[in-house]
Amino acid sequence: MSTYDVLSHPLAPVQAKVITVPEVFARSGPTPMHIPDGFLSTPVALVMWIVAIIAVAYALLRVNRDLDERKVPLMGVMAATIFAGQMLNFSVSGGTSGHLVGAALAAIVLGPWAAILVMTCVVGTQALLFQDGGLLALGANIVNMGVVGVAVGYAVYLTVRRLAGEKDWGMFVGGFASGWLSIVIAALFCALQLAMSGTSPANIAVPAMGGIHMLIGIGEGLITAAGLALLYAARRDLLAVDKVQTVGGRGLWIAGLAVAILLAILSPLASTHPDGLEWVAEQQGFIEAARDAPYRLIPDYVFPGISNEAVATVVAGIVGLVTVFAVAWLVATVRHKRGSVHAP
Amino acid sequence: MHINPFDSYRAGDSLLHRLDPRVKFSFTLAFILTISLTPAGAWPAYVLLLAFVLSASVASELGLTFVLRRAVLALPFVLAALPILLTASGQPILSIALGGWSLSVTASGLERFLSIAIKSWLSVQMAVLLTATTSLPDMLVAMRALCIPRLLVAILSLMWRYLFVLADEAMRMMRAREARSASRQGRSGGSLTWRAHVTGGMAGILFLRGYERSERIYNAMLARGFDGSIRSLPLKPLSTAERLILILVLIVLLAFLLLGRMLG
Repeated sequence: MSTYDVLSHPLAPVQAKVITVPEVFARSGPTPMHIPDGFLSTPVALVMWIVAIIAVAYALLRVNRDLDERKVPLMGVMAATIFAGQMLNFSVSGGTSGHLVGAALAAIVLGPWAAILVMTCVVGTQALLFQDGGLLALGANIVNMGVVGVAVGYAVYLTVRRLAGEKDWGMFVGGFASGWLSIVIAALFCALQLAMSGTSPANIAVPAMGGIHMLIGIGEGLITAAGLALLYAARRDLLAVDKVQTVGGRGLWIAGLAVAILLAILSPLASTHPDGLEWVAEQQGFIEAARDAPYRLIPDYVFPGISNEAVATVVAGIVGLVTVFAVAWLVATVRHKRGSVHAP
Repeated sequence: MHINPFDSYRAGDSLLHRLDPRVKFSFTLAFILTISLTPAGAWPAYVLLLAFVLSASVASELGLTFVLRRAVLALPFVLAALPILLTASGQPILSIALGGWSLSVTASGLERFLSIAIKSWLSVQMAVLLTATTSLPDMLVAMRALCIPRLLVAILSLMWRYLFVLADEAMRMMRAREARSASRQGRSGGSLTWRAHVTGGMAGILFLRGYERSERIYNAMLARGFDGSIRSLPLKPLSTAERLILILVLIVLLAFLLLGRMLG
């Protein structure tokens, strides 16, 4: 006998319930792709920032040239839409759920350059307001989800549509493939960054991240294809944009395909290569050596005046405690003074 | 159900709330960079950095538990660093026999894992403090001061205005879907592709509504004299006291960093 659980439905108690954005994402389960601070080594994080800045600066240039003054409201609201769209989810099986990142959908409908800006704003807002991803790691997150996700999604979609000619199936197959591959390639990129930082060995991180996101990506692909189907039925004119974009986005088309192919080859190599671990260790060692160089000036120097590390930790703890108490005392005094000023 | 638009900002009148957003932003970035540059296993430096965060937390008058609770968000990602426990080379301190396999946790692996977890935890706390004590308009001012392109800041500020409108839209859709699809407890109805199709339709319609809303907003902006240029008020210069605070804190962070590097 089956019991239908209708009365304990969220609609039953009608009351204005206010929930927070992190709560919404906690329910749907965030994609394990927003790297927090502390997981990337400083050189990797800074290089990713430089890549992100170059890509975003070029996208700004292109958008400034291609779009009229419509661009500010269009991209602002579309960024909000993608953010909200990431809340949509459907249950896959057990406790897992599929949901949308939206890089591919944005690239297909808005064109790649506008999509890079939109995804940058989405990822930036998530880091700044909801601590979903770190600030120093933001460059890497922009590169993964914004630049790589958009470029791969755009390139794959365009390729499939070209192969399909004028036929409509190209739109849906292309939508699915671009959604799926944009997630998988972005995840592989993320895994490689973690491996290069020495946080997670390549032969574990790459298959794990790749495998998980090959499953998660199916949800993304299906939603992207179904979303395109709806847009095709409702506003076909929006999807005609890609004929114009083909001319402007040839460079990105090639770059996107190149990234996808390169990572598809590089990732198995990094993970199954018997020297995968040594390779990472070597990278790590190299970075370590580069880091230590300026500090070799003061050899055997452990702590000013204290040579034992355990003692140093205790001293640091005492110094820290005193600092916190001092600040607490200061705040209390300032408050007290302000209180007495306001009092009659 | 509504999305609370100001859930990450906590209004207040503390020292940290009144500090210039540009100074706060610089602190947070400098702090996170310092943590990132501190090598693994520099425990005394971590203790001092923790004291720094706790001091800032006290100065924000938000209560210590508020920041600690929010900082839990980053915890799940620690899983990504878990393999390092087993794969780092060094002295094994704990061995687990798993059938024919023997997994051993090494001392250096443990040190690196703990360092990553602590670094991440400290960084998140500081970011939470920045978000909780700075309203978004102030944050945008700080971004402009940090030379983020004006167009990007304009897009971000418009995004912020409509974020919660569209988030409410998405939640209304999800509620409508739930209301129309009763399901047996613990099971979901329909096939997987059907469920994905429904969600895809929702994504498509959300996209369309966003797109059409942006057209309406653009028309409304044109009606009010928008000519495509983005104007903003000039930034007021930092006061001497604020400059002093900025320099002092940067020196303290630099000292922590040098200490950490010497130990690591």
